[in-house]
Amino acid sequence: MRLINRHPGRALYAALVALPFVLVAIAYSAGSAARLAENPQDRILPAPSHLAATAFRLMTEPDRRSGDLLFWTDTGASLSRLGIGVGIAALIGLVLGLAIGLVPLVRAGLQSFVSVVSMIPPLALLPILFITLGVGEASKIALIAIGITPFLIRDLSARTLELPQEQLVKAQTLGASTLSIALSVALPQILPRLIQSVRLSLGPAWLFLIAAEAVASDSGLGYRIFLVRRFLAMDVILTYVAWITLLAVVIDFLLATLSRRLFPWAETR
Amino acid sequence: MGRDAMSFVSVEDLFQSYGKRPILERVAFTAEEGEFVSIVGASGCGKSTFLRLLLDQERPTRGRIMVDGMPLTGEPNRSRGIVFQRYSVFPHMTVRDNIVAAEGLSRPLGRLFGAVKRAARERAQTTLDHIGLGHVADQYPASLSGGMQQRLAIAQALAAKPRILLLDEPFGALDPGTRERMHVFLQELRAETKMTVFMVTHDLPEAFKLGDRVLVFDKVRWDPTDPEAYGATITYDFDARDGGIPYQTPISMQEEDTHGFHGSQAQPVASPG
Repeated sequence: MRLINRHPGRALYAALVALPFVLVAIAYSAGSAARLAENPQDRILPAPSHLAATAFRLMTEPDRRSGDLLFWTDTGASLSRLGIGVGIAALIGLVLGLAIGLVPLVRAGLQSFVSVVSMIPPLALLPILFITLGVGEASKIALIAIGITPFLIRDLSARTLELPQEQLVKAQTLGASTLSIALSVALPQILPRLIQSVRLSLGPAWLFLIAAEAVASDSGLGYRIFLVRRFLAMDVILTYVAWITLLAVVIDFLLATLSRRLFPWAETR
Repeated sequence: MGRDAMSFVSVEDLFQSYGKRPILERVAFTAEEGEFVSIVGASGCGKSTFLRLLLDQERPTRGRIMVDGMPLTGEPNRSRGIVFQRYSVFPHMTVRDNIVAAEGLSRPLGRLFGAVKRAARERAQTTLDHIGLGHVADQYPASLSGGMQQRLAIAQALAAKPRILLLDEPFGALDPGTRERMHVFLQELRAETKMTVFMVTHDLPEAFKLGDRVLVFDKVRWDPTDPEAYGATITYDFDARDGGIPYQTPISMQEEDTHGFHGSQAQPVASPG
């Protein structure tokens, strides 16, 4: 039987899904055990049990100096920056994407400009943002928004342009104005695409968030990682990295679920 | 063109080219209100282009089209409804909302509110019950069969009460049995509404069965070394009510008699657009 025709059964499927995770876990444990056998004081690859203890301590024990549970205040600070930044980008991307996709005059005026702007490396703008907006929340949110907005505009305008011409003509024969075509024909069909595009841009959004926090901040997940790097606190860094990964996976899953719930018609196509 | 200048639809000296490539040349024709005009012809003979010109989706390079004595305004509007082969209904609206949209889309925000909306939904339900789609009113079009989707598309176009209905190969993607039922459906609707209909089709029996007239589009000039050198025009205008006997002299079929009609009978070739 050809390889392309062989499909795993349920048990094999679950085993294959788990396999790479298990392999990485085994490789880490083996490496950690080998290093610790050589030098019990080794800090580079802490034992899994040590990592679990660190995670528990971070999540439950208040910081001795401030009395805060730093793990949760960091999480809150980072998530609110991410949420506001992505939210602003999504709104701008949706409005401009629809306008560029539907209105030839706007397309002529903005499409090339957006393509050029999207080539600017956002991280190169970070110093400018710090100079103009200060090192507070505004510059970090701005970096996230600036970083992913061009992608969202381009993706959503392309999706709007992909709407069958037949539908737009049909709407006109039913008496629709440009505004009602935008609101009742294009917008509802673009919203599931918006969620998809936001899911795709969450990776870059985290990148910009952590970069901004690493350079100048006093809280946040990225700030903490770069702070404890000075003490070679691999246990804390690895806990935070695992936590960030988990957050990203959960957000992605929630967005996918939201899209299925809100737009059932988009699934059956 | 011996006809009255006050015909409901009149097309005068119509030319259409895309770039340097002529599609239609010297198309002239008139139709009365309430006529069902079938349009046939080989692939690439400008049938669909002609329909788009009637719809006002594109402007002719020369000539003009008058409807009820008025020239077209430059864009599609509620006076001319359209049903395409595909993508005619809105996939994000339920079957009922697709009918309601025929009223709602013409509002400033593209939708109805409150009591007006409830009344429109009830009217839509009546329409759907009438065309046998009442039981799927809350489903999305993607879950309907091809025939049901086209029935919905036709009902949606008619719900806007257009004066002319344009059909662009509306049954081209349906199987023969469904097609037969759609013919009955369309004939019933037409008997009720007395609407003027233009239908492009690849299917000659369908054209003669449904139409009062059958227009044949073909190229009267043909350069074998450059097939795209000339555009097409109306070469036959059959009276389909009387067994398909021509009541107008073919425009210039004397020298190249057989080419046009047999060319268009080589039909089951899918149209490119």
